[in-house]
Amino acid sequence: MTTLLETRALTKRFGGAQVINGIDFQVTAGEIRCVIGPNGAGKSTFFKLITGEHRPSEGSVHFLGRDMSHVLPHERIRMGMSIKFQIPGVFPELTVRQHLQLGLHRARDDRPESLDALLQRFMLEQEESVLASNLSHGKKQWLEIAMAVSLGPKLLFLDEPVAGMSVEETHATGELIMRLREAGLTIMVVEHDMTFVKQIASRVSVLHGGRLFADGPLDEILARDDVAEIYLGRKK
Amino acid sequence: MNQLKSASQRTPRAGAVSLAIKLVPWLVAFCLPLVVDGNTSGNFAYCLVWAFCAVGLAAMWGYGGILSFGQTAFFGMSGYTYGIVTLNLGESWISSWAGLVVGLLVSVVAAALIGYMIFYGRIKGVFIGIVTLSVTLVLETFMAQTAGPQWAIGAARLNGYNGMGDMPQLTIPWPGGPLTLENASFYYLVLALLFVVYWVTRKMLDGTFGLALVAIRENPQRAEMLGIDIRRHQLLIFVFGCTLGGLSGALYTIWGSYITPSTMGLTSAAMPVIWVATAGRKSIGGAILGTALLVWLSQYLAIYGSQYALILMGAILLIVVLFAPEGLLPFVLKLMRSLATRPQTPRRHGPRDAFEAQKGE
Repeated sequence: MTTLLETRALTKRFGGAQVINGIDFQVTAGEIRCVIGPNGAGKSTFFKLITGEHRPSEGSVHFLGRDMSHVLPHERIRMGMSIKFQIPGVFPELTVRQHLQLGLHRARDDRPESLDALLQRFMLEQEESVLASNLSHGKKQWLEIAMAVSLGPKLLFLDEPVAGMSVEETHATGELIMRLREAGLTIMVVEHDMTFVKQIASRVSVLHGGRLFADGPLDEILARDDVAEIYLGRKK
Repeated sequence: MNQLKSASQRTPRAGAVSLAIKLVPWLVAFCLPLVVDGNTSGNFAYCLVWAFCAVGLAAMWGYGGILSFGQTAFFGMSGYTYGIVTLNLGESWISSWAGLVVGLLVSVVAAALIGYMIFYGRIKGVFIGIVTLSVTLVLETFMAQTAGPQWAIGAARLNGYNGMGDMPQLTIPWPGGPLTLENASFYYLVLALLFVVYWVTRKMLDGTFGLALVAIRENPQRAEMLGIDIRRHQLLIFVFGCTLGGLSGALYTIWGSYITPSTMGLTSAAMPVIWVATAGRKSIGGAILGTALLVWLSQYLAIYGSQYALILMGAILLIVVLFAPEGLLPFVLKLMRSLATRPQTPRRHGPRDAFEAQKGE
């Protein structure tokens, strides 16, 4: 199995506060990796270090074997990373179709998935010419994921993809993500919703206090008492 | 914008109205010199000259979200460059066209330098307005103190507030001696240039470049995560917009054979913003039409006392900002479209339907 993404001793300090503390982490091609952890565990910062929004204080991020230290965020995207943010960041004055046009225009593949196929896959056919500001929250989240997929990425980051979704929408999103994986995509998900994590994940990484607390197959991690104590608690 | 276009495609009638709204002003503009005398055509040309400046600002501000008060800086740079080049090269058709081209090149280079400092220096939002306003005011102050004879470039005296004058007009080679473009012929040149600029700008902004600009305006962080190089896009549209400001300046100087530092002053710097805000900053055609009409109105009023013209401009802006924040022309268009797409009530059966309805109740 090839390693797609790797962080080596990744550390981030904001002033005196050490938010990320020497994380060694790997994602192999073809897996769905969930990163979980209690609030303040450093998940978002870890995510932003990988996407290039923050610069590491120490350590490095490697994507496809290349050191990303001096690679700008938009260049990382062009190399094959793709991101869906936690809060839907759709463009209110553009239609659903225009959003996907923007993504497909920058797609890495020579023959990207067609716009209609994307609309169908993400259940947005009816909303094709609707302005993004008029979409429901769930559809906005789907549009976000569709936009990220339209770029034809090698590694898809999803930051809380089901935040604020209904149970049905969450389940449908889970199935969508499973299908993306079957199509060969490697996916990294930061998520709170444990039902959702159980639905999709094969491997789970637990962040706690800025460190990688535990890392392994889903069942193994869920069975660990210390993990339950710091994070899962009563949810187990 | 595309969503307006797609809305107008819903019914053929709305589509026809939309096309007519786009075509009729161009046709009227084309026919104008046929019904008025040469001098009046020249005056209309003056109104159109400013529209380039407005198109540039609408592209930057309406699409890219970059509010620049610096259109006049490039206007002045280009105008003065035209003067310096033509006064040194003498009267010939090559000299006048060289003046125009060099004027535009100076705008491109200056806009690229200033834009690079702004966007790669991560200056954002209102600060772009402050930086660009500073540039134009610094230029005005500098040019204002160039009255002395030591301020000359070759044969061209800068002349401080007295202004630089006596530049030759645009000429084209013609059998039997070069032909000077003035009045109606100058009007047609400006109109043709304006049409080309309109067409190119629409083509550019309706495509993925325009979509990317809107995306950057609405959510730069998200746009970057689509692989869009934000700073490069912003720099490109800035240079494009400023160069159109430069084109206005060169044409203005050609039209009046005269340019002064006041064209880069505070009042002048505010005018393009007022025109574009009033006409509708997201509509390129609207910016052209609105600017031409507002400049014409200012000129008309100026005959009776210039202070009223400015007060009226201010009042118009205030009313538009309060009641039609999208701009006057988009507001009117929306109104017309909604009238055109209003469901038709079948008059033939009107009373009977009403009767049926009453019975049903």
